[in-house]
Amino acid sequence: MKKISKILLSMLFVSLILVGCSSPTGSTDNNQTDKPAEGCSVLIGLVTDTGGVDDKSFNQSAWEGLTQFAEENNLQECIQYLQSDSEADYIPNLTGYAEEGYDLVIAVGYLFQDAVDTVSVQYPDTNFLFIDSESLSDNVMSAVYNAEQGSYLVGVAAGLKAIENESKMVGFLGGMEGDLIGSFQAGYEQGVLSVCPDCVIYVDYADSFSDDAKGQQLAAKQYGAGVSVIYQAAGTAGNGVNKEAKERGDVWAIGVDKDQYEDGKVADGSSIILTSMVKRVDISTYTAATEVLNGTFEGGVMIFDLTNEGVGAELSSGRNLTDEEIAQIQGYADDIKAGTIKVSAVPTIANGSTN
Amino acid sequence: MKLLISMFPTVLLVATPIIIAALGGLFSERSGIVNIALEGIMMVGGFAGATVCVLLESQPGIGAYAGWMGILAGLIAGVVYSLLLAVSTISFKADHTIAGTALNMLASGITVYLCQIIFGQQRTKSFIVGISKVKRIPILSNIPIIGKMIFSNVYPTIFIAVILVLFTYFLVFKTRFGLRLRACGENPQAAESVGINVYKVRYISVLISGALAGSAGAIMVLTSGIQYTISSIHGVGFIAIAALIFGKWNPFGVLGAGIFFGFSSALGVYASMIPILKLLPSEFFAAIPYVLTVVALIIFSGKSVGPKAAGEIFDSSKR
Repeated sequence: MKKISKILLSMLFVSLILVGCSSPTGSTDNNQTDKPAEGCSVLIGLVTDTGGVDDKSFNQSAWEGLTQFAEENNLQECIQYLQSDSEADYIPNLTGYAEEGYDLVIAVGYLFQDAVDTVSVQYPDTNFLFIDSESLSDNVMSAVYNAEQGSYLVGVAAGLKAIENESKMVGFLGGMEGDLIGSFQAGYEQGVLSVCPDCVIYVDYADSFSDDAKGQQLAAKQYGAGVSVIYQAAGTAGNGVNKEAKERGDVWAIGVDKDQYEDGKVADGSSIILTSMVKRVDISTYTAATEVLNGTFEGGVMIFDLTNEGVGAELSSGRNLTDEEIAQIQGYADDIKAGTIKVSAVPTIANGSTN
Repeated sequence: MKLLISMFPTVLLVATPIIIAALGGLFSERSGIVNIALEGIMMVGGFAGATVCVLLESQPGIGAYAGWMGILAGLIAGVVYSLLLAVSTISFKADHTIAGTALNMLASGITVYLCQIIFGQQRTKSFIVGISKVKRIPILSNIPIIGKMIFSNVYPTIFIAVILVLFTYFLVFKTRFGLRLRACGENPQAAESVGINVYKVRYISVLISGALAGSAGAIMVLTSGIQYTISSIHGVGFIAIAALIFGKWNPFGVLGAGIFFGFSSALGVYASMIPILKLLPSEFFAAIPYVLTVVALIIFSGKSVGPKAAGEIFDSSKR
């Protein structure tokens, strides 16, 4: 009897494994692990960091640009993505696509610096798009965003709201400390202080772009201390801030990378997202993919800022900003474009402290 | 003091899944089965909870209860998954540690695999609310200090944890079933000689353990996250085992240990607001639960605090 059940249990496991090997049926549009169909004029692979293409910000925006490209050129079967579960996956994921002969391999995020530097040299015939940092190899197109400019504008929005509800306290929650997120923080600081010189700015880092629980706890701390607006630049971890703001209902959060207004909606249809710092990562993936398709791809650095609308603040009217506030923010945007306001990318407030 | 009050909801948020999972471990270990698979069971529970919540949330009518249905799903998934541990360790007499480790490894693989099938990505879709905080509990929230600390802006799941602590104490120490359970964990041969079905008692205990750990996983994901990912549980199952040891296999000890570990985790977040602690890196606070567990083990080592037969494979012919 026992022997039979032992055999049955073993067979159950073996059959589980076999089921796992069989090719999944059903819709193929979300089935990203399959090899792409034959007959693609270009093959494009996108590698995300630990955030994943549904992070509602950075990686998702990159993937959306690529999806848009694929739909317009009817190449849906020819784009793929891989999510990295840890830093150790960066090089294998990039190498995997390069090895399989992909025409364009996209590395999303500055964390890929070493990986891109290494792999782009090993595969000189493969084109790479590197988002948020620069790599010197000829076959790498680097997309650099002057995020401090967009962050300055949402900082102005935060400062205006902090004055309005008399708390005069605002918060910043970053993913991981470094030059990139530092530029978000720097722009925000300057923006807040430009309209509200006596505002107190709380700064915290989640030490992760994926730990939403940590993001929520830090947000609870800042809101608990009396902060009325938090600007989060932390990928998935930042979604924890949005969650905490939704729980509280009487505070604001500022979205990052994409317009997150819809994600911040609460039961009564209003949204806790004051505005969002929009960083058009989708433009760079779309552009690079199109250039590869047309055979005009060249390595080098593309810079996105306010002037070419690669970064900016989401300023649709009828949301949480009044028309006067929008006009005021627009004014600052014009000054930055004209060069009368210079936004520094160096933050001044240390992690875990205030100004 | 004000800081302590604002910190407390975070403490309770972190402590809740630790306490519930550790109670699960208590049932299993008191009956003699070392349950190192708590982490894996929590992952399965968390995955099931998040999946059910995401799928039900958009349904009219039941959408408002989706979070609670998620916990129920986590409980059921935990029971089913712990059945694997029960069958392998009790019926097939496999080594408890190895079986538990295997289940932990299987859990991370199988949950991501199922996410890929259901959602087409390596994580569940994110749910909109999960379980919401209670703004203030009537009457109780008016108590000075404690009212603000414990009874306002808090997830209702902590009260479930406290009720479970009381229930566990009653069941394990005040009922006939509890006596049998403890007998199986102390000396199964003696228990069998007086007519107790050791296999049955241990099966029930491991399944209860799975139910608690599974719901703890679901509670953890639904209260402190927005979706299930492979790193959602990040070692809380092992902290629960530590809390069980630190709490000396006693439900009230577990409650205290859970809150203590929650406190050390919250300190990591709030340290920047406390002048002296500001100087320490946040990793220091993350390490506290583990350091304390090692210290506790050193202090308790040699004393027979835990169930005597825990981890031993039951052989009824052995005397």
